[in-house]
Formats: sequence, structure tokens, C-alpha cells
Amino acid sequence: MMVSTPSVPRVWRERIIKYRLIGSRCTNCGKISYPPRKACPRCGSVNLEKISLPKRGKVLSYTVIRAPPRAYLKYSPYIVALIELENGAKILAQLTDVEPEEVKSGMIVEAVFRRYREQGEDGIIEYGIKFRPPIT
Amino acid sequence: MLGGGVTKIGEHWSKSLRDLFVEAAFKALEDSNLELKNIEAIYIGNMSSGELQGQEHLGSLMATWLGIPGVAAVKVEAACASGGAVFHQAYLAVASGLYDCVLVGGVEKMTDAVVHDVTAALVMADDAEYTAFTGASFVGLNAIVYRYYMEKYHVKQEDIALFSVHDHKYASNNPYAQYPFQVTLEKVLSSPLVADPIRLLECSPIGDGAAALILCSEKFARENGIRPGVEVAASALATDTISLMDREDLTTLTATVKAARKAYKMARIEPQDVDVMEVHDAFTILGVIHLEDLGFAEKGSGWKLVKEGEIEKDAKIPTNLSGGLKARGHPVGATGVYQVYEIYQQLTGIAPNQVEKAEIGLAQSVGGVGGTVVVNILQRVR
Repeated sequence: MMVSTPSVPRVWRERIIKYRLIGSRCTNCGKISYPPRKACPRCGSVNLEKISLPKRGKVLSYTVIRAPPRAYLKYSPYIVALIELENGAKILAQLTDVEPEEVKSGMIVEAVFRRYREQGEDGIIEYGIKFRPPIT
Repeated sequence: MLGGGVTKIGEHWSKSLRDLFVEAAFKALEDSNLELKNIEAIYIGNMSSGELQGQEHLGSLMATWLGIPGVAAVKVEAACASGGAVFHQAYLAVASGLYDCVLVGGVEKMTDAVVHDVTAALVMADDAEYTAFTGASFVGLNAIVYRYYMEKYHVKQEDIALFSVHDHKYASNNPYAQYPFQVTLEKVLSSPLVADPIRLLECSPIGDGAAALILCSEKFARENGIRPGVEVAASALATDTISLMDREDLTTLTATVKAARKAYKMARIEPQDVDVMEVHDAFTILGVIHLEDLGFAEKGSGWKLVKEGEIEKDAKIPTNLSGGLKARGHPVGATGVYQVYEIYQQLTGIAPNQVEKAEIGLAQSVGGVGGTVVVNILQRVR
């Protein structure tokens, strides 16, 4: 078993949010969240609007996963970073096209569409956004 | 609190989830001089029995295996804080007046699975869809906090990693600790990287264990001619956003700050009144952050308490004299109950590393990267 509970609809229903980086902005306190919510995690307001998040940001902190969960074994080691996007939203994502020793906190990165994991031999492939040093 | 019992933490190849729980429960009953027929309800803390054993419905299972089907029994889950949370729920059950005598325990059986599956189970403490999806392990999430903390406060890893040396020192004479031996700082810093910058000897281990306690009402004690030596002074639970993505400050667990504030108020004490405590140092960095968030150090300076010996047995705030999560061990859903038992030991004068005349003790239990924090405070009955 590669993912705890293989499921097609679970991946399908999140595809717009994950592929296009959709978040929400609280019209009361201004907090921007990813993924989008019905209620603001900072002020509790329910007046939120969906927004498309910026595709560039900077690395706040990062780690190199050397003992991964089973579904990610074949990719190890890989880098997972907390990224602050240009509008202040934070997102956790893998870094790609960069070696661990080249990564620094504060470095600028841009979004790129990549493969994340597979639901076993016969299951679907799950894609999402990773970040890389900008080439555009 | 009438008594408690624990199993040794380790790799119990011949004992199952239910064996461990029953063993701890019988020890707690014996320690309390009670019989099974006195128990009205069972509360079981556990995180991953579904994922690791394919077993849920622990309430009915444990009631059956304890030979008292019919009593109220339920599992309580709050990731790594399941142990603290189950104590909170059991306390509420007695404090509400609904039950007069309850068994509260925690159990985790981790060695039935291989390490990559345990890693997958543990990261379920965070947001499955948006955090675990990235391939982040639970260690990795704490590593992100660790690096951010070091860079924000200009603290060296060698000063944070000292927490592991501290824990091992006190575990070395704890008979039920998983790793009862000392380690040097050099050995910690040269152990393999698990998730940079976190090294293996900065991580709490995978292990099996169960702990159980008996709580009763004042009425029950009076009617049965029992004079308990220890009482619950406070039990507070707080949550925070489940993912680091929503946090304003990565270096503070605001759920600790909130739960501690509530607990201190409920117990009518200040942090400096605490004589001994057990904190949830799943990783060295967390131990340091907890010292700050519980009110014993300024942000960015928790490591100084460790380095200057202020958390030693005879110092300012004796901490993790059991060996902590690092060396006593961390059978996830049981850990918070072990901690409360260890405070109980301190207040009744039977701890392996006894603080002289301990009157008030605190146990802090953390779920996820601070998504849930429970602060339980016990005091000696005067």
C-alpha cells in the first residue's frame, strides 16, 4: 500500500486548489490562507474571498527528508520547505531542480507543476506544485 | 488520584496492544488497592491503533479484555497529545460528577509496523491533504521549526541538542525507560541526519508501552475510607492551527501558552510554584521551546536553562527527570499518561530521581506540531 487509503475522488476534488494554488483572503483581517477556507483561522470571520495565489515566494525554512513515509521512499532524499509567497501566504511544498546544499533560507523560488506520489502500481498519480529557483 | 502503573517502554515483541494495556491497568488497580468492580468508566488514549494494528473500537476491546464489559469505555485521540487529552477527558468525567471512579490509560504498540509505515502513521498528526501530501515526515515538520528557530534567535545546534544529553542522564536510572543510558553531546551531534538539521539522537524513539491511573471523586474516597495523597489541581487543553502554514510565529506553540495560562489560573499558581515537570520533548528543539512557552524563559533563551543546569534535579525547574520523550520513550498515545504518573511519583516520594519535598508538578502533552497541547497539574493533598 503506497498511500494510506488509495482514492480517486479525494485527489480529483482538490485538483483546482492544488494545481492552480487557490487560497482565500479574509476581508475582515486580511489574512491569506492556503488552502481556501470558510472561516478565517486568525480572526474567525466568515467573510472570505477565493484568490489565486502568487507563483513566487521565498524559503522561510526547509528540511531534507531522509527517512520518508512509505509512499515517498523512492524519492528520498528530497527537500520540503515552508515558503512565504509574495502576498504573505505560507505554503508547504517540495523544492525541486536544486540540491540540498544549494538551498538557503530567504532564497527566491517559483512554482512548477510536478509529480508528488503514486497510489501504488495500479492507482493514479498525484500531482501538485513544487518550487524551484527561478528560471523565468 | 489513587494510584497508577506503567509497563517498561521498549520493543515488546511478545506483547500485543491489549496485553500492554491490561498489564498497566492491573498494576494501577493494585497500586490503588481497588478491584475491577470499582471501575465505572475506562478512558483509553491512543493515536494509531487503526493504522498500525488494524484495530479501532478500543473502548469495547479493553473493557472486554479487562473482564468488565458493560462499563463506559471509549478511546480518546489527539495525535501525540492523546495521553494528555485522555487524562483531560477522564478528569472531566469525574469532575462533572457523572462517574466516581475511572480508569484512565494510554497505550501505543508501534513495533508491529516497520519504520516507513510508522512514519506514515505519525504524520497523520498534521493535515493529510496539504501537509503530509508534500512528503514531509513528522520529524521534517519539526526540523523546519528547528532551523527557523536557530536562524531567528542565532542559537547553535549544540546548545539545543543538550536536551537529549539531559534526558538520557535521568533515564539512566529509570527502570521503565526505553533507553536507560547516558549519551555525550558529541555522540548526539554525530548521529545520522533524519531530517536536516534534526539528528537521530535528537528524536524520541519508536517503542511500545502503556500507562494507567485511577481517578476518583472526593465522595468515593470518603465513602471508601481512602485518603488520596495527590489531587488534580488543573487540567487544560488548547488547540492551534493544525498546520505550520497558518502560524504567525513558528517558534512559539501558542496552544502551550494558552493551555498553561488556563492551567495556572485553575490551579491558582504561577509558573515559579511548579516544583517538577515533564515536558513533551519529542525533539530537542521542542524541549527548548516548551521551557519558554510554559513561562520559564524568554523566547530564544530556553536553551540557556538547559546549559546552565537550571532544569536539573536540584535546580530552578527540575524537568524530565524520567528521561523525557527522548530517553524514557514515547509510545505516542501513552506518553501523556506516563508523564502524569511520573508527576504522581514525584508528589508521593517514589520517583527514581526524586525532587525533595515536591508539592506541585506539571505535565505537558503536545499533539502534532502544537495543534493540541494539554497541561495537567497535580498537587500533593495538604
